[in-house]
Amino acid sequence: MELRGKKAIAIGERDAVPGEAIAECLTSAGVEVVMTRTECFV
Amino acid sequence: MDPENQGRIKQLVDEHGADNVVVVLGAADAEALEVAAETVTEGDPAFVGPLAGVQLGLPVMHIFEDEVKDQIDPAVYDTNVGFLEMTLDADSVREVMGRVRRG
Repeated sequence: MELRGKKAIAIGERDAVPGEAIAECLTSAGVEVVMTRTECFV
Repeated sequence: MDPENQGRIKQLVDEHGADNVVVVLGAADAEALEVAAETVTEGDPAFVGPLAGVQLGLPVMHIFEDEVKDQIDPAVYDTNVGFLEMTLDADSVREVMGRVRRG
């Protein structure tokens, strides 16, 4: 799927990849990140 | 998934339309991935949040998957995610994501 032009929701995890890291990557791909969260799944 | 996050996702889909929204996950735990993926496709499996009974059907991917990774600037990926991909069980993540998308 072509991500460029999409609105992305980045849901990271505290003990894995944080939402902010996902958002940084997606932004470099020309994706608009509309929500960034880092959840804590225990 | 946190009910507050479910509410925000529902709001964003109402605003932009489900066809324009994608979800990219970063968890490594199989159960966390399954719950998150189910929440944004079939609805909240715990039936407590705003997405209980709401089938958004959003495309859901993981940052480790080639389909996503290949579209990201390699230098940016390496800086933000590269080390985590090496230390976490990325093969297991990709297997779980393939399975949850097949239903």
